[in-house]
Amino acid sequence: MRFLEVFFMDDTFQTFSYLPFKGTVNLNNPDTHLLYLEYYGIDSNDPPSEPYYVFFGRWITSGFRQLIRELSLKTRKFIGNTSMDPQLSLLMANQAQVKLGDLVLDPFVGSGSLLVAVAYFGGYVVGSDIDYLMLHGKSRPSRIKQKKREENESIKANMEQYSLQDKYIDVLINDFATSFWRDDIKFDSIITDPPYGIREATEKVGIHKENYSISEKHLSTHIPAKIQYEFSELYQDLLAFSAKHLRIGGRLVCWFPVFREDYSEEGLPTHECVKLVSNSEQVLSKYTSRRLLTYEKICEPNEENLNSANTIANFRNKYYKARDENRRERRVKEANIREKNRLEALQRQTKLSN
Amino acid sequence: MKLITHNMLTSKCMKGVTVGYPLKIQAVDVKTTEVDFNPEFISRLIPKVDWNVLCSAAESIGYLEDLPKEVTENYENNVDFLKKAHRVLLEIDIINGELICPETGRKFPINNGIPNMLLNEDEV
Repeated sequence: MRFLEVFFMDDTFQTFSYLPFKGTVNLNNPDTHLLYLEYYGIDSNDPPSEPYYVFFGRWITSGFRQLIRELSLKTRKFIGNTSMDPQLSLLMANQAQVKLGDLVLDPFVGSGSLLVAVAYFGGYVVGSDIDYLMLHGKSRPSRIKQKKREENESIKANMEQYSLQDKYIDVLINDFATSFWRDDIKFDSIITDPPYGIREATEKVGIHKENYSISEKHLSTHIPAKIQYEFSELYQDLLAFSAKHLRIGGRLVCWFPVFREDYSEEGLPTHECVKLVSNSEQVLSKYTSRRLLTYEKICEPNEENLNSANTIANFRNKYYKARDENRRERRVKEANIREKNRLEALQRQTKLSN
Repeated sequence: MKLITHNMLTSKCMKGVTVGYPLKIQAVDVKTTEVDFNPEFISRLIPKVDWNVLCSAAESIGYLEDLPKEVTENYENNVDFLKKAHRVLLEIDIINGELICPETGRKFPINNGIPNMLLNEDEV
């Protein structure tokens, strides 16, 4: 790119004299920005004497691309193993159509990376998570060179880092399966990345034993036992929760992992009261991807469909199965290569001895 | 934990609890911080708030100040009212203490401003 600093002296400038701007020129604080770009191709070492294209237009607004760098995870105070990168976080907040003064919830908040993006667009944020250590910034550090978490790592500290603390309402430790929100509370959007059971466990409080109780003397220090929160059940709960706790027209934005081979739109979670408005894929590996789903609430649930959502295939089991298969294939392949090398070495030896 | 959050929480999901609202507050440490006033957000928030619960919660921790007992008519245009509501809803932060279920007496600790609403496995 060549900046035309001497543009005013340039003859090109004079060719714009036809433009109907009659006012005086104010370069320090202009009312109108006009941009003129010359395109010389992509080889900066050997540009042609004349540009391939020229572009001319009026500046309307700036994009927000610089936010991706500003909110980079590399410089963020508090991150977790599965913090969402800023580009995708911003995209999700955009999909949720977050605007100034919205009340937004992330029910699987983790290190709060989605809340940063939401707050940037003016949403007031609330989060909840089952992980006590994560919300208190006491989980194992995620940065490779960091041995211990710093004293005051928290979602709130992240908000302060980006001067968004005014948009921070609260986070609380809560199991999504037993939600503590008042029945009639409505959020403007729900934006979340639920655990897939791969890098973060899908868990809820519970135990398989029947008639179990905790003795009085252990109660004060007891840490609740957790059981597997079935993936399909979790998404059913998420859709039913959104049907109940979104305002009409409010959006749920969430990721949904799929096994690429058997993906079909019919396999996505559905609920009568929310409509899928957008669905896009991010490829993760040859076999797996995740889809960014955006739902919009279209009606209030009645007693009947309050908790009904369709069932979905279990992604997690398939994921592990495919990975095991990959491993086995790889092992067989490596064994074959070793065998071949051994035979070749044997041949060389016999040649030498001959 | 701010009082707006307290206003939105119930222990209804617990076994044997029918209403579970409002939760009682036992505050040990309370901090007030200044938060930017956004009249539009507060106006949108007020219909979600159970006003009586807000008043008694603020009173129980000694921060009622001059909060009106009722929501004034036409509050959207009443900056003075919105500012008072803003103060109580967003600026008072309970750092340490407990939330208590009104029916079972089950205590939920608040540490470092974060309430712990996890139940034990025999309570779900």
